Amino acid sequence: MADSPSIEQKELEDAILAATGHVDGVIEGGTIARGEPVITVDHVGMVFNIANEQLTNLKEYFIKILRRELFFREFTALQDINITINKGDQYGIVGTNGSGKSTLLKIIAGVLEPSRGTCTVRGTIAPLIELGAGFDAELTARENIYLNGSLLGYSREFIDEMFDDIVAFAEIGDFIDMPLKNYSSGMVARIAFSIATATTPDILIVDEALSVGDFLFQKKCEDRINAMVNDAGTTLLFVSHSIDQVETLCNKALWIEKGEQRMAGDVADVCEAYRALGSE
Amino acid sequence: MAKEVAQSKSLKHNLFILRTLVSKDFKLKYRRSVLGVLWSVLNPLLMMIVLTAVFSYMFKFDIENFPLYLILGNILFTMMANSTTSAMMSIIEAAPLIKKVRVEKIIFPLEKVLFELVNFAISLIAVVCVLVYFQILPSPLLLFMPLLLVYVVIFCLGLGLILSSIAVFFRDTVYLWGVVITAWTYATPLFYPVSMLADWMKVAMEFNPMYHYVTYFRDIAMWNIMPSLNENLICLGMALITLLVGIFVFRKLERKFILYV
Repeated sequence: MADSPSIEQKELEDAILAATGHVDGVIEGGTIARGEPVITVDHVGMVFNIANEQLTNLKEYFIKILRRELFFREFTALQDINITINKGDQYGIVGTNGSGKSTLLKIIAGVLEPSRGTCTVRGTIAPLIELGAGFDAELTARENIYLNGSLLGYSREFIDEMFDDIVAFAEIGDFIDMPLKNYSSGMVARIAFSIATATTPDILIVDEALSVGDFLFQKKCEDRINAMVNDAGTTLLFVSHSIDQVETLCNKALWIEKGEQRMAGDVADVCEAYRALGSE
Repeated sequence: MAKEVAQSKSLKHNLFILRTLVSKDFKLKYRRSVLGVLWSVLNPLLMMIVLTAVFSYMFKFDIENFPLYLILGNILFTMMANSTTSAMMSIIEAAPLIKKVRVEKIIFPLEKVLFELVNFAISLIAVVCVLVYFQILPSPLLLFMPLLLVYVVIFCLGLGLILSSIAVFFRDTVYLWGVVITAWTYATPLFYPVSMLADWMKVAMEFNPMYHYVTYFRDIAMWNIMPSLNENLICLGMALITLLVGIFVFRKLERKFILYV
């Protein structure tokens, strides 16, 4: 075993190289001037096959084929979405529940692949939509920070360097070597937020559902997000169905309804149109 | 140029994720057990004692150093069985992750296989114990072991990739594979000699990759037989074909994983 790593490492690298060759849609950031497009969503459509989602065993599959029920139900979550988000924009996405906001975010974050069209992203993304990916309740906070950090794209050196800051921001102090299952959910969320925002990303995706910890900590989160947007020139992508929040935070907005793009452009215009929906 | 930098960066980064995941699995495996990692050594030893007791009593196989014969076959086969089984579940279990972050999905089955490789390495201590107990001198041919492990890891990864991607769409695979592994255990000469098989079975055995790997292992570890170039090529060929099929299937299906997990 001891004398094998060179050969194995090679195999492993080959396998991963083959794997990483496929990353499309993300172009390394470098320096992008303010006003240049960082996210280009071009004719993006997303279709889920509902029938497929329920079939997880062979018996059902064959029965459905025999009954000719297969592949008949399609659900269009997004249809022909076209937006360009420039560097330094604060871009809001509004829409009622189930209108496809989260689907669009997942496509931009690179988690979902659009069925039609393309989505090009330049620079690093910090998606604050699903915090704490890969957290394991049995592991300690320290171990989870490394695990989650690696999945968010941080290097070991970076985490080593930022470790104290992450812990300090989350205010977990002495509990750092305690398994995560003994933490309260608020504490877990604090750690998750703290890791996710340890870096200053080019693009920050924030979901309104992001309400972390108590009001004091929420204030702290908001300050941190504001600092990134105002000082570091981070592009903000903010999702909400609250019009007021979007109006105060953003300068541009997109309104999607039942997967269709209703309007995109200046925040005031879009919000006005969206408001009118309530008085219809 | 910039693209190359980005790629080597993501390669290095994927290795970091791999290492973090392997160490996580390792920590979780033995958490709360008193003997901890010692179990990776004890398990094959105890298994060997049980099997030796059973088989020397019930069948009288004419195999020199039967316990050693058993443990070599057993740990190598266990590595294959465990790594393919856990690789098969890896994508399904990583569902929360796959839905949340953009991550190279091939990492998950690969990680499981590497984790089992680590376990295998630890269980080699058990082999050393057996060698010492029976006062057998280790052969210099053991230097071939890294080569054998490369073959087996490639083979297991290939199988793991196929299984993990099919299991996402048909959970039946999970139940079926348990049966296949059991059948495969008996179809591989782990506790009986190949010589007792009928002629047609010996021919069929040539198509069993695990037969080749187990024999290779015993050749270098107990029989002092230098594996021929031909044998090496067969072992490598079987592994590479499996891996290629695996990568092909996985690449073909991975885009749809998120919709099914």
